[in-house]
Amino acid sequence: MSSQLVQQYYRADKLPHIWCPGCGHGILMRSVSQAIHNLGLDKDKVCIVSGIGCSSRAPGYMDFNTLHTTHGRALAFATGVKMARPELEVIVVTGDGDATAIGGNHLIHAARRNINITTIVFNNNVYGMTGGQYSPTTPTGDLGTTAPYGNIDKSFDIATLAEAAGATYTARGTAYHAQQLIKLVENAIKNKGFSLIDAISICPTYYGRKNKKGSVVDMMNWLKDHAVDAKVAQKLPPEKLEGKFLIGEFKNVTEPEYTEEYQKIIERFQKER
Amino acid sequence: MKKNNIKLMQGNEACVEGAIAAGMKFYAGYPITPSTEIAEVSAQKLPRVGGKFIQMEDEIAGMATAIGGSLAGLKSMTATSGPGFSLKQENIGYAALAEIPVVIVNVQRSGPSTGLPTAPSQGDMMQAKWGTHGDHPVIALCPSSVKETFDLTVRCFNLAEKYRMPVFLMLDEVVGHMREKIEIPDASEIEIYDRLKPTPGDENYLPYKVEEGQIVPAMAAYGDGYRFHVTGLIHDESGFPSNSTEVAQTLMTRIMKKVEDNINDIVTYEESNTDDAEIILLSYGGTARSAKSAMKKAREMGLKVGMFRPITVWPFPEERVKELAKQAKSIIVAEMNYGQMVLEVERIAKGTTDIYHVGKINGEVISPDEIFSKIKEVL
Amino acid sequence: MANQIELRLTGSGGQGLILGGIILAEAALLDGKTAIQSQSYGPEARGGASKAEVIISETEIDYPKVDSADLLLALTQVACDKYADSVKEDGILLVDSTVVLPEGIKAGKIVSVPILHTASDVVGKTMVANIIAIGAIQQLLGSVTKESLESAVLSRVPKGTEDLNRKALAEGYKLVEKF
Repeated sequence: MSSQLVQQYYRADKLPHIWCPGCGHGILMRSVSQAIHNLGLDKDKVCIVSGIGCSSRAPGYMDFNTLHTTHGRALAFATGVKMARPELEVIVVTGDGDATAIGGNHLIHAARRNINITTIVFNNNVYGMTGGQYSPTTPTGDLGTTAPYGNIDKSFDIATLAEAAGATYTARGTAYHAQQLIKLVENAIKNKGFSLIDAISICPTYYGRKNKKGSVVDMMNWLKDHAVDAKVAQKLPPEKLEGKFLIGEFKNVTEPEYTEEYQKIIERFQKER
Repeated sequence: MKKNNIKLMQGNEACVEGAIAAGMKFYAGYPITPSTEIAEVSAQKLPRVGGKFIQMEDEIAGMATAIGGSLAGLKSMTATSGPGFSLKQENIGYAALAEIPVVIVNVQRSGPSTGLPTAPSQGDMMQAKWGTHGDHPVIALCPSSVKETFDLTVRCFNLAEKYRMPVFLMLDEVVGHMREKIEIPDASEIEIYDRLKPTPGDENYLPYKVEEGQIVPAMAAYGDGYRFHVTGLIHDESGFPSNSTEVAQTLMTRIMKKVEDNINDIVTYEESNTDDAEIILLSYGGTARSAKSAMKKAREMGLKVGMFRPITVWPFPEERVKELAKQAKSIIVAEMNYGQMVLEVERIAKGTTDIYHVGKINGEVISPDEIFSKIKEVL
Repeated sequence: MANQIELRLTGSGGQGLILGGIILAEAALLDGKTAIQSQSYGPEARGGASKAEVIISETEIDYPKVDSADLLLALTQVACDKYADSVKEDGILLVDSTVVLPEGIKAGKIVSVPILHTASDVVGKTMVANIIAIGAIQQLLGSVTKESLESAVLSRVPKGTEDLNRKALAEGYKLVEKF
């Protein structure tokens, strides 16, 4: 199935990708293509937009309408594409730094508008492409090349951030829970509004090595052992959730979508004519 | 106002009228004085012509979203002023390298920083040329009247589409905010240029390959069925990134040359009384009106004063200014800044004539008397 | 320029002086003349000093700003104190009668009339002070025709206020008849 997926949805001549051995991003990218396949979307009607960083190289490998923009601005470019052609399924692939540091403003406002864009944050808790600096999702106390004495920043919970800003679909998945992630991406795309998935990746080269997280397998096992499904978590006592993080769907509601609301304004004038 | 297409109109409003006449279907921006009327009128008019307006969360997004709209096939514009122009620069460079047609209006106000937000200036002229990092082609037009604001906005769109690049309309607060008589031309009288599109069904379409006889690569829109890639990285004809120095050399040379080799198509200027002029006033935008007034006064007194007004400020009308510099005893450059385009005139004249500057940086316009005083001083 | 009339309308923000300037310029266009209207803005939307300028000419207008005015209108004390010396020596200073004239003003003619009072007590709406003022300006200068001024006013004011504004114009003409 995998090679068929590559044939059908990848630009094979652009592979192999630039990601390091053991990087979680390949699994996340595969989940996105698998979800697109499962939904039976027309490749010509899918537009994948990214910013700058390791995650943002994904669109170059994917055989759709693809747009590799400037650092942090993927959602702003994507908003233009979606406004101009609402019939396109616009998917933004971004990273934790790209989406929540330099692009944080665009993230909260795209969520607030509830514009029909699906955002997948490849969250590896680090600035990988520039060499391992701490990001807005690096846990407090962890090390980065710019946090040599331990990170004193608090970290963002990206899904909660998006939810608070008005996203109508939010979820978290991981590179370990690949099957679940496919389903989450499907549901995110199906949501007619702003969807965000905090997709936890692993960066063995920088984050893992700097913080002595062990091998790639150790890092994957850590994801397995520390992720708790949101539905299960509801029934667990607080002490059982200490040191864990939640995965699964957090929010899935229907609200007026931005480009449809704008279309209504246009139609108001077309009726007048 | 006997005819109903004659109106009293503000420069900023004429800009939107021109944009819509040129086929603008998308506006993305952020409010900033003194350009807000451009956003307001766009918000009001675009949905009435089936177009779309969006107010973004910041200036950077305004630029990025306009580029996104253009990539999906709509003629797009954003407008701003000094501080916003600074913020837009990175994505302007993106549009230059990725060759995305987009029109950027800068209604210049006094800077730097927040400066005098409601006062005029022409202090962003060099920023228009060098504002974004790296070498890149630049086209910037500078209107002096409300009617010309309409005409040049149309031209900005045409040039953006023809040369596949960001094009600046460098307004100033004087022209942007003044109301003046304008006769809106009939749609049939307005020349419109639409971007070159790939031949439908072209299986071998390469988004950055220039076909023979063309100036720029054909531009498909997202959703047209070509599934192409666009990036701000150096890229080859296929649109995909490359680290090859050869590819970089080819691409960079091509995007610089598309403007350089078509100077005669792009550059426009206006001159009056230059034939016998000993002193030439060189001025643009709102300040050119003061220069014209000063020239008339000088001529009434029998002084051989002429005037040259670049309408295209970038690329600068180099050839003509070189000729005038050889012919005239002196050139007086009048502009609302500490000395910007005068540097370009000095560079071009290469010492063949005396060059003087009348500048102003206090938020006031330069009056005809101030220019006239300089004429007397130079004589 | 002899065939060019330069006006400066001053007062406080919210008195509709910019609209007044626009209407005068539109009236000039209706008369087949050329006109430019410009303004200076303060950061305040209401209150503060407001200034609108209009140039009306038989020919092309180059410099769009007014240096010294053929007529200066000042509706408030602050505006009068600030701008009174920008009227030409043979120009007209038109002030509201609540304004105390500063000493040493050089103007060809000083016209002090109750514009604001006429708006509030005679026409019955303070908001028409600008229309009364441009009526008075027309009467004093004749730089636009009454016919054009009235149609320019009526095309700019809200529907249903036409009679009110016609009355305001008439009161404006009447206020300065004696001058």
